[in-house]
Amino acid sequence: MAGVLMKDIRKSYGATEVIHGIDLEIHSGEFVVFVGPSGCGKSTLLRMIAGLETITSGEMYIGDQLVNDIPPSQRGIAMVFQSYALYPHMSVYDNMAFGMRIAKRPKAEIDKRVREAAEILRLTPYLDRLPKALSGGQRQRVAIGRAIVRDPKVFLFDEPLSNLDAALRVATRIEIAKLKESMPQSTMVYVTHDQVEAMTLANRIVVLSAGRIEQVGTPIELYERPANLFVAQFIGSPAMNVQRARIDKTGEKTTIVLGSRKADLPIPSPADLAGAEVHFGVRPEDLTIATNGNGLIDGRVNIVESLGEVTNVYLDVENAPEPIIVKLPGVQRFNRGEIISLSAEPGKMHLFNEQGRSLLYL
Amino acid sequence: MAVTQATAAPSAIGSGLVSALSTIAVTLVVMAAGLAASIVLAVLAYALIMAILPDSKLLGAVIVMFLGVAACFGYFWSANKLLDTFYPARGANIAANLTKANAIRPWLFLGPAIIVLGLYLVYPVFNSVVLSFHGPTGQEWVGTYNYRWLAQDPAFRESMRNNILWLIVVPAAATFFGLIAAALTDRIAWGNIAKSLIFMPMAISFVGASVIWKFIYDYRPEGAEQIGLLNAIVTAFGGAPQAWLTVPFWNNFFLMVVLIWIQTGFAMVILSAALRGIPEETIEAAVIDGASPFQIFYKIKVPQIWGTIAVVWTTITILVLKVFDIVLAMTNGQWGTQVLANYMFDWMFRGLDFGRASTIALVIMIMVVPIMIWNIREVRKDVR
Amino acid sequence: MSTGVGARPALTWAVHLSVLFLVAVWTTPTLGILVSSFRDKDQIVVSGWWTSFFPTEQNIVARAAPPEEAVEQDGQWVITGNVFEGGSGTVSAFGTSIQRPKEFEPGTTAETRDGQTITVQKNGDYVITYPEQPEGRRGERLFVTTLEPPKFTLANYNTVLFSEGIGQSFINTLTVTIPATVIPILIAAYAAYALSWMRFPGRALLLATVVGLLVVPLQMALIPLLRLYNGVGIGKSFIGIWLAHTGFGLPLAIYLLRNYIAGLPREIIESARVDGATDFDIFRKIILPLSFPALASFAIFQFLWVWNDLLVATVFLGNNEEQLVLTGRLRELLGSRGGNWEILSTSAFVAIVVPIIVFFALQRYLVRGLLAGSVKGG
Repeated sequence: MAGVLMKDIRKSYGATEVIHGIDLEIHSGEFVVFVGPSGCGKSTLLRMIAGLETITSGEMYIGDQLVNDIPPSQRGIAMVFQSYALYPHMSVYDNMAFGMRIAKRPKAEIDKRVREAAEILRLTPYLDRLPKALSGGQRQRVAIGRAIVRDPKVFLFDEPLSNLDAALRVATRIEIAKLKESMPQSTMVYVTHDQVEAMTLANRIVVLSAGRIEQVGTPIELYERPANLFVAQFIGSPAMNVQRARIDKTGEKTTIVLGSRKADLPIPSPADLAGAEVHFGVRPEDLTIATNGNGLIDGRVNIVESLGEVTNVYLDVENAPEPIIVKLPGVQRFNRGEIISLSAEPGKMHLFNEQGRSLLYL
Repeated sequence: MAVTQATAAPSAIGSGLVSALSTIAVTLVVMAAGLAASIVLAVLAYALIMAILPDSKLLGAVIVMFLGVAACFGYFWSANKLLDTFYPARGANIAANLTKANAIRPWLFLGPAIIVLGLYLVYPVFNSVVLSFHGPTGQEWVGTYNYRWLAQDPAFRESMRNNILWLIVVPAAATFFGLIAAALTDRIAWGNIAKSLIFMPMAISFVGASVIWKFIYDYRPEGAEQIGLLNAIVTAFGGAPQAWLTVPFWNNFFLMVVLIWIQTGFAMVILSAALRGIPEETIEAAVIDGASPFQIFYKIKVPQIWGTIAVVWTTITILVLKVFDIVLAMTNGQWGTQVLANYMFDWMFRGLDFGRASTIALVIMIMVVPIMIWNIREVRKDVR
Repeated sequence: MSTGVGARPALTWAVHLSVLFLVAVWTTPTLGILVSSFRDKDQIVVSGWWTSFFPTEQNIVARAAPPEEAVEQDGQWVITGNVFEGGSGTVSAFGTSIQRPKEFEPGTTAETRDGQTITVQKNGDYVITYPEQPEGRRGERLFVTTLEPPKFTLANYNTVLFSEGIGQSFINTLTVTIPATVIPILIAAYAAYALSWMRFPGRALLLATVVGLLVVPLQMALIPLLRLYNGVGIGKSFIGIWLAHTGFGLPLAIYLLRNYIAGLPREIIESARVDGATDFDIFRKIILPLSFPALASFAIFQFLWVWNDLLVATVFLGNNEEQLVLTGRLRELLGSRGGNWEILSTSAFVAIVVPIIVFFALQRYLVRGLLAGSVKGG
């Protein structure tokens, strides 16, 4: 099959550039998810792969073919849209057969492929129905079926689950994961703003922000070793706590001063950062209550959110503009105003320089 | 775009011009070929069918109708096919071909519309301006004679006065009755049937409506049995029957009634949709505030649909400016009922003076221009 | 609309009555024409159409048989016969002079100065007796008031359709209307698609032009086009009028269809593009079927407009028997047959019946089209 290669891809509308030079290689058979806040350009990038948006400059390859000027239908891609984009006046069968009919394939082949796809997606009983007679989940399966029938080199998904309710979203997500498993050679590119979808589906995640790639990596890499503050705060929920800190000692290990406390982190730092202001980050789920009263951060309990499986505690910390959030397992009880002391394992702490880049990637 | 940029060289401007010109040339060739092919085919088919089939007027008409429509479709099909043959979306030049085909195709789709609009609406505006400076046959230049004549022509003044009366009365009355009808019919179970019936005159031609109303206004001398409804009612109440259409000044209003009768349904339908579009919450809030049904209507509902009322008003205004059939059929402008459109028609067909008729047409056009400008501004606001 | 708690019944009644009144005012004129077209042509002129459902009083002047037919009977000369002369009817009163046509009840006997007696029965049988053998050639005049039962007839339709040329005009109107409805739809739909979903320079300008042309009065176009037509040689031809109606209907058609087509979901069109459909395919297989409501709306507009048009037909078609359309014929009849209401009403009804059927059958689409075309910035 084929991968996708982008070399310095840019997109402008008139004078405004919205994609500022993307270099990315998507390997054949990979499931890559583009994730980012709305307006970050992830959909535009996907539509450029599809050929629905022109490429202002740069080169886009699908397989070995330069596709900048190739029409969508000849790029060997299939796309699943957020709103399903089913043809409302055609039956499920005709929807799935449309592309092959346009390509004037033999009737027998069309029939065989449509029925196979319908079988995979359990749509066989609905083949004669019009889209309006289907539920949302079924419609999205038809849209996926339409993509399968095209037997594309690359599947493109544009937020396919956003129009579904929560329960269906989970079910369809699993469906897509299974689909990928059953087609290990197919390359899939998937756009979403939902980090759970990104974390569960992706081999690799591409985090985008304002038309630039922030980081590319496996879900665990992004979670454990975010390259910058943006990624650190975008991946994970609730978002990572970030506090100002100052570097005390540099070297193999870094010592930081956080308020009145000091901490040794197993993160190397260059000597020129000695005394520099940095951002110290720690995920809510990595914080624990220091029983010996010798924690890293002290905070005053403000709000307690009991979700049953976890308890989120919002703490006000002196000299910090934002509250610190702690995610504790199970049901925990605190009194408002109670002061608690928090600590974390040194390996779970993150440091970012003034520009927001992780010290790990300097 | 991408292609021209890739070949950016010193001669870019020159080659750009050449490619633009060649694109235009190909567009024209494809359009002409498509048009020619479909017309030739249609004419051939007509000749063939006529040669085979027996001579029958009805059949002939049916075939002409069919071929007319087929030729029109044939153009789109063949022009499109030709373009795809010129620039196939395959092979080595696929990118360049697609760029060119995509530049040309919109014009193939738009071609017939642009030609027809240009010929039937744009060209006449300019031609009318030219004709208004010419004599009866459109040959000799007469300068501003037609305008000077118009300025002191009593019939023109009468037409202007009547047109202004129409412009005030008809949109106001039709909108008013439409609003009342909309408000009332929305409150009752059989409202839709009532709406249908009030709306029905929309389907009737102005001439048909003229016959219908002329029958209502029919006049028999006093003492005879009145068969016109209006006179029958008047005599039933002890009044004297009137030849309504000849009563000076007021006969204008009897003509306006016809158009009001036709247009009220239009106003009702639009306003009823607007009324139903009013957020229910605002009405419920007013009910809780203790407003009476009348207060709700005038203080809550009507202010929320001012925009739609304005649209209905202007739409009817445009129609009124063009009103012609009713006057022609009912009084033909006699007894002081002349209006511009009919006056223009008079000079065109009876006076056989194209210069004067064009001048009158221009006056109608000028009266429409403010509405035209307003419309264009509204739409430009809408389309990003 | 819900009336809620405490709705006032009096107000509800007032609403019902007002609507009833409005509906009556708006339908009565048409009803008048419809009823009249089925009435006997003699009855139309003597009584209002609203009386036609009841028996009508009619004054007729019958002439009795001439005096030479009198036969001697019991010393008197007697003439017998029936005032209806073979027809039938009911006599409600009769008289012997024009001043007093209702002087006597049927069955009673009237005596004149010169000793005649006249008796007219309910069924119209009369007996006139003379004391001496009457002279003269002309029969006695009898003034009879009859109660005519309502009489409805299709005779007017027969006359109008086959000898007044309305039949031919009907076909002419049809010949003008159908292509003049279909051709602009086709042209406008392609243009609307291009204006909605294709990118090309000048798109916004073109759209603004179309909107501007929406209100250009037809009157502007008549003279220049007439001159042009005569120059090219398609004056007074069906092709000429089809194209004229196409031109005049096109701005509204493009405007309506563009509004609709531009509102179709972008993703569906993109999806078709990914599926390999060309613009032509997309138009035919996706846009046309999905735009059906808008196409239907405009089709009804244009159909009604063309069918009901008088001006364009008068200018671009001939006034001869072969080419006169219904509206033109109707206007001509208004001039030449101004008082013949049986012909006028029947012709009018023939002319309006097709649009009215179309109207009632497809009202939904018409309303939708009106809303799409008018509720702008509203």
